[in-house]
Amino acid sequence: MLDTDFFRRWMAATAAAVDREADRLTELDAAIGDADHGSNMRRGFAAVNDVLGKEAPRTPGTVLTLAGRHLISTVGGASGPLYGTLLRRTGKALGDATEVTPDQLADALGAGVAAVTQLGGAQAGDKTMLDALLPAVEVLGTSFEAARDAALAGALGTVPLRARKGRASYLGERSIGHQDPGAASSALLVGALAEAAGPTEGGGE
Amino acid sequence: MRMLINVPETVVADGLRGLAAAHPDLVVDVDNRVVVRRDAPVAGKVGLVSGGGSGHEPLHAGFVGPGMLSAACPGEVFTSPVPDQMVRAAAAVDSGAGVLFVVKNYTGDVLNFDMAAELAEDEGVQVARVLVDDDVAVSDSTFTAGRRGTGATLFVEKIAGALADEGAPLERVEAMARRVNESARSFGVALSSVTTPAKGTPTFDLPSGELELGIGIHGEPGRERRPMMTSGEIADIAVHAVLEDLRPVGPVLVLVNGMGATPLLELYGFNAEVQRVLSERGVTVARTLVGNYVTSLDMAGCSVTLCQVDEEMVRLWDAPVQTPALRWGR
Repeated sequence: MLDTDFFRRWMAATAAAVDREADRLTELDAAIGDADHGSNMRRGFAAVNDVLGKEAPRTPGTVLTLAGRHLISTVGGASGPLYGTLLRRTGKALGDATEVTPDQLADALGAGVAAVTQLGGAQAGDKTMLDALLPAVEVLGTSFEAARDAALAGALGTVPLRARKGRASYLGERSIGHQDPGAASSALLVGALAEAAGPTEGGGE
Repeated sequence: MRMLINVPETVVADGLRGLAAAHPDLVVDVDNRVVVRRDAPVAGKVGLVSGGGSGHEPLHAGFVGPGMLSAACPGEVFTSPVPDQMVRAAAAVDSGAGVLFVVKNYTGDVLNFDMAAELAEDEGVQVARVLVDDDVAVSDSTFTAGRRGTGATLFVEKIAGALADEGAPLERVEAMARRVNESARSFGVALSSVTTPAKGTPTFDLPSGELELGIGIHGEPGRERRPMMTSGEIADIAVHAVLEDLRPVGPVLVLVNGMGATPLLELYGFNAEVQRVLSERGVTVARTLVGNYVTSLDMAGCSVTLCQVDEEMVRLWDAPVQTPALRWGR
C-alpha cells in the first residue's frame, strides 16, 4: 500500500530530479521552444516542496491536488496548467483514501493523463508530454520501474517526431531530431515514483 | 553577455519597480505581477485585461491606461502569466460591466487565461475572451498550435479599449475586438537571434549575412532562412505575404514594429518601403504607427501588421489614449 508519506516522497523526488536536470530541460527547450522549461519547472516544484512542508496534507489525494494547484499558480506557460491539471486530477481520482494500491494509483494517473489530453487537445505522437505519460500509465500496474522505463523510452521516442502542438509546432519539419522537453520532464516525474518507493521495495509493493 | 540587469531571477520584478517609479498613474503590484490603471474600476466601463510573457515590452503593461487596457499581467520572460494574476487583475478592474481578456494565441497563454476565466466567473465577474492570431507565417494550423498572436494585439487593445472607454457593453467590445483581429495580419523578420536573461546565450544561431523570415516573438525560428536582403526586398516579401492572406478592400492601419534591437532610423526607412509596396498594390493607408511595440528582447528585425478598417475603427484608433507607450489626443 502507498501512504501519504509515499506521495510526499514522490513530489520531493520529482522536485530534486527537476532541480538536477533543469539545465538539460532548458537546453532541450532552447532547441525547439523558448529555453525556459527547466527554470519554470524548477520554480514550480520548489513551490510544491514549500507548501507540502507547510501544510502537511493528510491523504495521498490532497498531496497531489495541493501540488497541482501550486504548479498552476507558479509555473506559467503551457506547463503550469498541464502539469497542474495532471496532478490535481490524479489527486481527485484518489479520493479520500489514506492509503492506495499501486493499481489505484495507476487508474488515478490514467484519469489525470486523460484530463491533460482533453485540456491540451494533443494525441499520442504529437511530440508532447503525453508521449512519455501514456506508455507509462499503461504499465504502471506492473511496476514503477517498468513505468519509468516506458516513460523514458517514450520521451526518447519523441526525437524523430514532428511537433503538432505547442510552440515547437511552429518549427514544422525542423522540430524533428530534438527530444520534446515536456516528455523529458514527464519521464522525471514518473521516474521519481520508483525513487519514492525506495530501492528495496522494487515494484512499490 | 551584455545585459543591463542584476540577476536573471529578478529581471521582471526589477522592470516592474522601474515602471511604477516612472508612471505614478499606474498601480503596479510587483509581488503579484499585476499592473492596473490607477482609476480602476471605472464605473460602467468594461475592463480590458491582457497579459503574456515578459520580454515583449512595451506590450502589455505599457498599454495600460485610459483609452486602452485596464490591466496587464506580465509573466516570466517569454512565459505566460499564471491564472492567479489574471483573476486579481479582473477583480481589480471589474465595475460590474464585465471583463474582456485579450489573449495571444500561444498554448500557455490560452490555457492560463481559460483557467482564469473560470475562476473569475466563480467569483462573480462576467468574462469574455478574444484570441489574437494574426501571424500569416503559420499556415497549416491543422499541424500546429494555430496562428500566433503578434502585432495585431496592439490594434485590438487600442480599438477595443477606446470602445470600452465610451461605455459600450461587453458584447460589443468583444465583437469589436474579434473584428479587429479578423481584419489584421502580420509577418515578422529576424536579423538576429534573441538572448534570454535565463539562458544568457542566443536562443538560435543566425549567422550575420542571413535573415529568418516568418518569425514569432519568442526567438522561435521562422519559416525559412535566406541570405541578407535590402530593406526594400524585405518589405516586398513581408507586405506581399500579409496581403496575400488579408486581401483588403478598404483602407488599412499599418504597424511597422521593431523587434527590440533595430534602430528607429532603420524602421522608418523600412516603413518607406512598406508604403511603396502598398501603393504599388493600390492599398490605401489610413494611419501608420512606427516603433518598438511588440518586441522580442534584443532581437533585431521587424514585423509588419496591416488591419483593414472602416470609419468606426479609424475613429476609435484616433480616440485619446494615455498609456506609457501609446499616448495621443489628450
